[in-house]
Amino acid sequence: MSTYSLEHVKYLKELKRKKCQIYVTQILIIIIIFLIWELLSRLNIINTFLFSSPSNILKTISSLLNQNHFFNHVWITLYEIILSSLISLLLGFLIATFLWWNSFWRKVFEPFLTILNSLPKVALGPLIIIWVGASINSIIVMSLMISLFITIINLYNYFINTNQNYIILLKSMKATKYQIYKKVILKANLKNIMSTIKINVSMSFIGVIMGELLVSKQGLGYLIMYGSNVFNINLVITSVFVLGLISSILYYLIEFIEKRIN
Amino acid sequence: MDNTILKIKNLSKIYHDIKGETLAIDNLNLDIKDKEIIAIVGPSGCGKSTLLSILAGLEDKSSGEILFNGKQKLGYMLQTDSLFPWRTILDNCCLGLEINHINTKENRNKVLNLLKKYGLFEFKDKYPNNLSGGMKQRVALIRTLATNPDILLLDEPYSALDYQTRLALSDDLYKIIKQEGKTVILITHDLAEAISLASRIIVLTKRPCQVKKIYNVKLDKQSCPTENRKDSKFNEYYDKIWRDLDVNL
Ligand SMILES: Nc1ncnc2c1ncn2[C@@H]1O[C@H](COP(=O)(O)OP(=O)(O)O)[C@@H](O)[C@H]1O
Ligand SMILES: [Mg+2]
Repeated sequence: MSTYSLEHVKYLKELKRKKCQIYVTQILIIIIIFLIWELLSRLNIINTFLFSSPSNILKTISSLLNQNHFFNHVWITLYEIILSSLISLLLGFLIATFLWWNSFWRKVFEPFLTILNSLPKVALGPLIIIWVGASINSIIVMSLMISLFITIINLYNYFINTNQNYIILLKSMKATKYQIYKKVILKANLKNIMSTIKINVSMSFIGVIMGELLVSKQGLGYLIMYGSNVFNINLVITSVFVLGLISSILYYLIEFIEKRIN
Repeated sequence: MDNTILKIKNLSKIYHDIKGETLAIDNLNLDIKDKEIIAIVGPSGCGKSTLLSILAGLEDKSSGEILFNGKQKLGYMLQTDSLFPWRTILDNCCLGLEINHINTKENRNKVLNLLKKYGLFEFKDKYPNNLSGGMKQRVALIRTLATNPDILLLDEPYSALDYQTRLALSDDLYKIIKQEGKTVILITHDLAEAISLASRIIVLTKRPCQVKKIYNVKLDKQSCPTENRKDSKFNEYYDKIWRDLDVNL
């Protein structure tokens, strides 16, 4: 550090200061929005029955925190997200690998995948409930429907677009297809795989909530549905808040792992 | 048998695609001797890379024969260094050893020796993006040498580099090949590089390629490539081969 020139030290300081400013501004914006929201509800300009208010949300959270079943709901949702994410990543990897391995089946399945991916999956909701039953299983299936196809398509596109020179090089060394997969395809696409995981988790998230809204008797999606049925807006908004919290924690967790890998 | 290490007999190659077929190589015959450096020159698109890919086993031939004298190990090197950015220099060099399941301590030490001998030892734990283009291509050469091949197949290895780096690397290449005792088949579009490096130059016709002419390069004082360029016979060869190539724009 001490070997840097004075100008560079100044430059680093300036960089840090700017970063700090951005953080502070972001936090301020959030605080101001909440303050305005609170103020408007205190002045009865907005109807707290319809729009709730930060203090009401805090009250709801603290009362929910004292009830065990709230954590059950959070936990169920989290569990569903993780389970369906893992299943769709695993299946996605296997299928993408198979399609990379075998160009015949890749060409056979390509149009099917495109169609399945572009189909609005919510439309399948009622069918899934009928076929799988109104249980946690249909939530997982719903979530898989939403996250699996995009995962497969992303991964195999990355796989087949790997730098051809790397592959030629390995072939000239008489590498087997498995060696090419292990030493080039997976390694060269590490970043792409991480970004696919990110997309996969957020897609699974959407799928789980959608599933819970449709069928479930537990989970945050259920709380939202239940809250709106009994017109408990505090509960609805609180649940949405917790959802936002979970999704940002998941996002930063993956980002953290991503940074560790690079 | 004489010291022929590789015999190419009536080799032909047709590429097929939906638009039609391309005859890239037409009945090509060529003998390559042990420990010689041969340069292959020819108009662009005439089939030089195709020939080398077939020799390297990357492409199938359509007809003809490729006869190696005994079991010969091949090392293939492309125009781009293709070093893996996620591997250190040493691990890049050991790639061939890993692929062939001979990544033993002894072989790794041999690679370390090569790195030492050719001035790359201090970079062994660095990653490719820390190295200049010329350095990277040098690492690529050592990666090719790591599995101790008998025949090196070099497809315009230095053509992506600037002129001065190329000059330095030809000297380098010459030194390394002579010390390690390798047979080399070098494709180049740089006639000066061909004349200054090779003991024989094969001029190919335009596509479909056949051997048009073979030059045995006999300079007054055979030396390293940069010195060879100053040789009195150098320009003579240059003019002759240039005329053979018959470049029309
Ligand atoms: N995979 C391929 N499919 C079809 N045609 C090809 C393929 N590779 C090369 N060719 C054609 O074969 C001819 C020779 O190519 P190449 O060996 O790369 O030439 P050179 O290396 O001498 O410039 C060219 O006309 C090229 O278009
Ligand atoms: Mg070429």
